[in-house]
Amino acid sequence: MDIGLLVFLPVLGAIASFLSRLKRPGPDHVQTHALVALIAPAICLLLLLSYLPRIQTGEALVYSLSWVPAIGLELAFRLDGLSWLFATLITGIGCLIIVYARYYFAGKDTAGRFFVLIQLFMTAMLGIVLSENLLFMLIFWELTSLVSFLLIGFTWSSRNARRGARMSLVITGGGGLALLGGILLLGQIVGSYQISDVLAATDVIVSDDRYPLTLSLILLGAFTKSAQAPFHLWLPHAMAAPTPVSAYLHSATMVKAGLFLMARLHPAMGDTELWFGLITITGMVTLMVGAFVAMFMHDIKGLLAYSTISHLGLITLLIGMGSEMAMAAALFHLTTHALFKAPLFMMAGIVDQATGSRDMRNINGLWRTMPILMLITAVPAAAMAGLPLMSGYLSKKMLFSESLLVTAPHWANTLIPAWVTVAALFSVAYSVRIFHNVFFNGQPVDLPHWPPRKKPFGMLVPLFILAAASLLMGLAPQATYDSVIHLAVMATSMSHLPLYDFSALSGAQVPAMMSMIAMVGGIVFYLARGPLVAIHRQLPEVDAKNIFEQIMQQCIRFAQSLVYRLENGSLQRYLAFILVAAIAPALWMLSGYSGWRGPSELTDLNAMVVFGAVILCLSAIGVALFHHQRLPALLLLSVTGLFVTLAFAQFSAPDLALTQLSVEVMAVVIMMLALSFLPQTSPRESGAGRIVRDLSLAGLAGTGVGLLAYAVLTRPADTISGYFLANSVPGGGGTNVVNVILVDFRGFDTLGEITVLGIAAVAVFAFTRDLHLKERVASAGTAKGFAEPHPIILQMVSRMALPIALLVSAYIFLRGHNMPGGGFIAGLVTAVALTLQYMAGGLVWAQERMLTHFRPLIGAGLLIATATGLGSWVVGYPFLTSAFSHMDWPLIGEFELATALLFDLGVYTTVVGATLLILANLGKLMTVAGPGREVG
Amino acid sequence: MELVIAITLGVLTSTGVYLILRARTFSVVLGLTLLSHGVNLFLFSMGRLTTASPAVVGLVSDPTDPLPQALVLTAIVISFSMTAFVVVLALKAAVELRSDHVDGEDPNEDRQ
Repeated sequence: MDIGLLVFLPVLGAIASFLSRLKRPGPDHVQTHALVALIAPAICLLLLLSYLPRIQTGEALVYSLSWVPAIGLELAFRLDGLSWLFATLITGIGCLIIVYARYYFAGKDTAGRFFVLIQLFMTAMLGIVLSENLLFMLIFWELTSLVSFLLIGFTWSSRNARRGARMSLVITGGGGLALLGGILLLGQIVGSYQISDVLAATDVIVSDDRYPLTLSLILLGAFTKSAQAPFHLWLPHAMAAPTPVSAYLHSATMVKAGLFLMARLHPAMGDTELWFGLITITGMVTLMVGAFVAMFMHDIKGLLAYSTISHLGLITLLIGMGSEMAMAAALFHLTTHALFKAPLFMMAGIVDQATGSRDMRNINGLWRTMPILMLITAVPAAAMAGLPLMSGYLSKKMLFSESLLVTAPHWANTLIPAWVTVAALFSVAYSVRIFHNVFFNGQPVDLPHWPPRKKPFGMLVPLFILAAASLLMGLAPQATYDSVIHLAVMATSMSHLPLYDFSALSGAQVPAMMSMIAMVGGIVFYLARGPLVAIHRQLPEVDAKNIFEQIMQQCIRFAQSLVYRLENGSLQRYLAFILVAAIAPALWMLSGYSGWRGPSELTDLNAMVVFGAVILCLSAIGVALFHHQRLPALLLLSVTGLFVTLAFAQFSAPDLALTQLSVEVMAVVIMMLALSFLPQTSPRESGAGRIVRDLSLAGLAGTGVGLLAYAVLTRPADTISGYFLANSVPGGGGTNVVNVILVDFRGFDTLGEITVLGIAAVAVFAFTRDLHLKERVASAGTAKGFAEPHPIILQMVSRMALPIALLVSAYIFLRGHNMPGGGFIAGLVTAVALTLQYMAGGLVWAQERMLTHFRPLIGAGLLIATATGLGSWVVGYPFLTSAFSHMDWPLIGEFELATALLFDLGVYTTVVGATLLILANLGKLMTVAGPGREVG
Repeated sequence: MELVIAITLGVLTSTGVYLILRARTFSVVLGLTLLSHGVNLFLFSMGRLTTASPAVVGLVSDPTDPLPQALVLTAIVISFSMTAFVVVLALKAAVELRSDHVDGEDPNEDRQ
């Protein structure tokens, strides 16, 4: 658990910092905030140090907790030599950064925010290096991008900060997406996301077809994060961040995450030509570009940023070479780089705050006013240049000797040594420049603060500690290597290799000569800088940020125009898109299909069916043709509905025919009611193009449905209904299988369906409740329609019809289990009968004589149906199991008293309630005269 | 006869689709009704069309497939309630927005 604690302690620390900031806002409490912020990282560092003895036995500590096992996600942490090295750098340098920031942010209101963010960042970074699960690691990976975005944009009022933050987020975030793809592929290849499993599956990974793609995607993530060319552009722009951020994220920790990932996966994915080619070449290009550009930067932080890029390239190059010794050199240099680059950044911050400028054309000769700073800076600067006795000297020499050992491929064995020597030459030149230029080189020019402001001595402490560590590493390389770095190297090569022999290195001739060439050449290069800078100034200046911004703007414009095209607010267009999306894949999949005509014999034509079909088609086409004239279209629609009813009756579906008939009556009445409030005609507003488009969509859809139906109808039926037919009587106690399915076999579906019906009715009630149409009807002058609203014959007939209709519906209801009928149909028949009363007598007349509260009816129906189902639960059967016994009533005949009948009663009640609620509420809108009663 | 049925289904679907693509709510309601007729008949015909053999046990020796009928029966009721809902929605929109255009205003096609 303690390993997990390492990751989450800084979160607690961030919360503590947040609270401390809330408690003591304002610029005067930076000291308190810094002390609070220091607690968690310091504990982490101590914990890590306490782990060192166990790590030194070569043990990999793994702690895991199952989280989402279905997708292979585990809360798992791993502490081995490699993660220990990184974690120690992260927490150790983090502590020093917090101390430094205490002075950097002194008297600033923003200090509290910085301490919160920096600890969150620490969590994310520790999460990356300590995660045992790759998916989990990816989450932390993205988290570093996000926190880095916030930290770069720390002073958000500055346009540069905002742009730099956005650029880094886009580039590293995009890389994160690629990494996600790569890791998912890797997980599929290996079958697990655990690093232990991945490391054990080298052969499987390398021989898989997807290896090149997987590796490329993962490397894309690593390269963007570690600012490898051509993705390095975000790093110089990230220098808009406050200097503690640059020192921590953009030199010591975050940019090393990509290197960590490559080192971590090296045992599993390395040792292939692809690995060597991709990484080595990228590293070489980055090394050279960074070193060259750094020489010509005038901004101190800009120079350091490009130098960081160059060093990252160098480490990448070493990782690409992939041998154990190259790995040793890579990790050794990674450590030395962290130790010398962070203090250089801190120096830049101090100079910036003291003089108000970072421009090396103005800052000169600071040794007079800042002698101690000069002395401390001498160590990391010398280390960066790679002067003898310094740690950088050793790591560079290790690089040289490794470069000489590269034999395959043949282009590399001479190119790489020459290449790294030239790059080292540049690095000597810019190291000399930053030191000589800032502290010597004549007098300062036009500095905003002169003489420089005094900075507190405490600000130098972290620089001093880091410089001392760097010096120590240079003086005692063997000891540092053996105790710490060797363990990390073993984790990256998964083997117990011999220790690196530094004494052999000091005796090597060729690397020493290469160092000498680089050193002398670099100094000469620096001395000749005047003309060189003049030449460089002639080169066309490319502002990466502007190019980036232009690309971003184009992306945004493209997205906008796409949105305007797709989402212009026209529902017709959306619907057309949906139809196209439905039709196009079917068209694509089915084009060329020839099996539309199945093997079955066609049945003979029946004159009645043909007649019905012709009427059906003609009425449907008529509706489409005359839809501008709404009333005729509605009448034609009811013809269609009637013939659909007849079709059901013809093809052995009496239940459907009865249902369709009653529904048809209700639907037409509703539409008539609605039509009296709507315009009587539709304008002809579709253009020819629109009509052609819609006709072709409609034609395609119709053809598709027709062909599909034909293909099915000409094939023999293979149905699952045998079960229902066989079990209807013994299991459900009814001979009308359709009804038994509804109330018994699929009773739960029916319960859902009557619920939908109830909801729709209540929605109609809610909509009509505050709909004020009365004035509209009155003013529309459609009085002629109401000339004789309630014909007397209809009134008389309907009154006589009501009891008969109710009797019929009761009969249909009771016999429904055995003969065509049932709750749905009976309910609709009742509703139609009552609707007739409304129509004949008028709403007011009907309301005086009838129940007007339909919502309780719906509720009662649903309750009855549900309670029936629950009843079977009570006696220990599954929901909605029916029990039955038969009864024989005179006249009606035999029917069974089943619990299904009770369920059907619920259906009946709901249908009656819902239908009448809809109708009565629409009808209420019509009553011009009198307020009427509330219907609901 | 299968061909006749298939053509009928195609016509119902086509007219329904054409009408739901129109700009006025009432036409859309008409189209939806036609489309649900088409869909209901389509589902129904998936059980194959036989005459004079209702799915009542003991009435005929070879009853038709009851399952599509049960599905379609509830589908008819649900599509009725949906029609009612859409009708009221159209009314509400027409009153509140003073237009019965599907977009709630009277623009020309697609606001181009």
